[in-house]
Amino acid sequence: MDLSYTDAQQRFRAEARTWLSANVPHAPLPSFDTREGFEAHRAWERKLNAGGWAMVSWPREYGGRGANLLEWLVFEEEYYRAGAPKRVNQNGLFLLGPTIMEYGTPEQRARFLPKIASSDEVWCQGWSEPNAGSDMAAIQATAIRDGDRYVINGQKTWASRGAFAHWTFGMFRTDPASERHRGLTFVLVPLDAKGVTVRPIAQLDGETGFAEIFFDDVSVPVANRLGDEGKGWNVAMATAGFERGLMLRSPARFQHTAARLVGLYRENEATCDPALRDEVVACWMDAEAYALETYRTVSRLLGGGKIGAEASLNKIFWSELDLRMHETALRILGDRADLLAEAPSATGTDDWLDGWLFSLSGPIYAGTNEIQRNVIAERILGLPRS
Amino acid sequence: MRFGFTEDQLLFQSTLRDFLAKECPPATIRALWESETGHDAALWTKLSALGVPGLLVPEAHDGLGRDEIDLALLLEEAGRAALCGPIVSTAAIGAPLLAEIPAPALRERWLPRVASGEARIAVGLPGLRFVSDAGDATLLLLPHADEVHALAPDAVQLVREPASDPARRIFTVSFTASSATRVAAGEDARRALATAFDRAALAAAAQAIGVADRLVDMTCAYARERRQFDVPIGSFQAVKHMLAGVSVRLEYARPAVHRAAWSVARGLAARSTHVSHAKLAATAAARLAARVALQVHGAIGYTWEQDLHLWLRRAWSLDLDAGGEGHHRARVANAVLADGARVGPGETFAGEA
Repeated sequence: MDLSYTDAQQRFRAEARTWLSANVPHAPLPSFDTREGFEAHRAWERKLNAGGWAMVSWPREYGGRGANLLEWLVFEEEYYRAGAPKRVNQNGLFLLGPTIMEYGTPEQRARFLPKIASSDEVWCQGWSEPNAGSDMAAIQATAIRDGDRYVINGQKTWASRGAFAHWTFGMFRTDPASERHRGLTFVLVPLDAKGVTVRPIAQLDGETGFAEIFFDDVSVPVANRLGDEGKGWNVAMATAGFERGLMLRSPARFQHTAARLVGLYRENEATCDPALRDEVVACWMDAEAYALETYRTVSRLLGGGKIGAEASLNKIFWSELDLRMHETALRILGDRADLLAEAPSATGTDDWLDGWLFSLSGPIYAGTNEIQRNVIAERILGLPRS
Repeated sequence: MRFGFTEDQLLFQSTLRDFLAKECPPATIRALWESETGHDAALWTKLSALGVPGLLVPEAHDGLGRDEIDLALLLEEAGRAALCGPIVSTAAIGAPLLAEIPAPALRERWLPRVASGEARIAVGLPGLRFVSDAGDATLLLLPHADEVHALAPDAVQLVREPASDPARRIFTVSFTASSATRVAAGEDARRALATAFDRAALAAAAQAIGVADRLVDMTCAYARERRQFDVPIGSFQAVKHMLAGVSVRLEYARPAVHRAAWSVARGLAARSTHVSHAKLAATAAARLAARVALQVHGAIGYTWEQDLHLWLRRAWSLDLDAGGEGHHRARVANAVLADGARVGPGETFAGEA
């Protein structure tokens, strides 16, 4: 056990802090679920990438710094501390990127990773279908081999960033006679291909954050397949591990929210329900616990360990924490909690309302928390399958 | 930066686990309930041979000279075995308190005896009503105003307070303080007592982790075995989800306890905040584990005969040991809500230097 940073890690932190303080936009960017905001966020990503900060843990040849996961955690801390914009290409950077690193061919890495790092190509996920939500093995969309191409038909839905993204990754049934987890293949599909129709869906917060995607005889080269044919489930589980486990939700994100919550409580201490003090402190402790657990996980991974079913513990913990922090913030704001930003009395309400609406999606996306509880019970606790 | 244990530490932990599984089964714990002292002399001798009481005693005084990281692993195993008693008061609180107060003669006299297993120390802590394991102690270290006093067992009046957790031996202690019994005063005493309080809370937290671990293990084993409606009850989602919920709280309490151990070992400025976080998280996880364990066991778990309540009672009483929830929550609140508190991303390990 050694919980102090090395000199090199401290220098890395200082370098990141210096660059971010000089480059982070002063005013918040418009929501990346609008066309204008999407492009503004891509411009920021290009700047980040030009500085070499888009994905610090990637090898240099793909636009990274070859940093290890501890340094990645340090970078994330500095990123949130600086109040830098949300990552519009998070699906590409944090989910597909590591999956390509693990399962991609050298050609695929060279083709896709640099454009993910630069956000020249922004990615959305293509997992869910109208009849395959929590039951992802019920996927029906097909990719039928025709020589050196796959012909794709079917429908994907709830694709976050789908309205403006350039590419999607997902699972398709390459063996139409197959059932459940077998016969699925992980395929990368450009959304400008002939036969693709993207229909944006308005979300609970009123923005078109996600979309449904229709495939009508869409032809893609076999080179767009990630991993082996019929082995898509294994590849997708690796992606899901990154999503639930480590990369998508670094602790800094929640520590930043917790620190803002502490600030909000202090500003409103005189007027809000005194019982909220305990809630604020409990939230702070949980954000801290999430950071501690992540440092523990990263230490284990650096020692050669792998992310397994414990990613499901993470997913439940951060999604419930995020929700609890935002609910607490709204209770502190009292009757102002419901005000939209343009309301005359909205001063000081910050973006807690939008954050709360988003936090409500946490226990649903990346596999519902009920599915995670099944995974924990069966794969960690060894309870029998139903 | 490395958040994890060495091979050596993990081996030490698994050795203790195997030892306690063999030497301290539920029947032994039940026998201790009935005993006057709550303390098994034969077991203590064997633990002493392993170096357990002198874990934190410096090697110069014949101890193992290990630190609080090792101690946390030891106490997790004590919790897993539902063992309490002088192992906590002596090894985790008494010995290091003795080492920290500026009383060289006392140290020279007692620390080697702690290491050899001859001495057992009971410690009174400021703000706490009862003294644990005072009945069988060979030395008592007790607070009086802002002083620490060292007393022989025949110099104190003890009143036993029977508790719902029959493993606990808690006492109301009175004594006459004099300059002859005083071993630390002023700032020295305040600092030593504050550290001892944090050690006691850390010890409760570490035991609570072991208790919760054991409750989850026992309950999952029961849920795999017990059949209703022709299937194991563990196949029902209602049961699975309750147990998964315990796992979530437990897995995020564990690193808080390990970090608190590190902070105590290093004497960090944020030590008390870290310890209180650990105590709150670990005892909350243990309480939840107890609640779910009882529910999943059903009526059989509600019997005196079933061993489940050895751990239920530990979970409940550890929550009360070394400062309750309100006390620890207030300590964290005061730190986190203070002017200039460093509470954002990147601050978790900022107190290291």
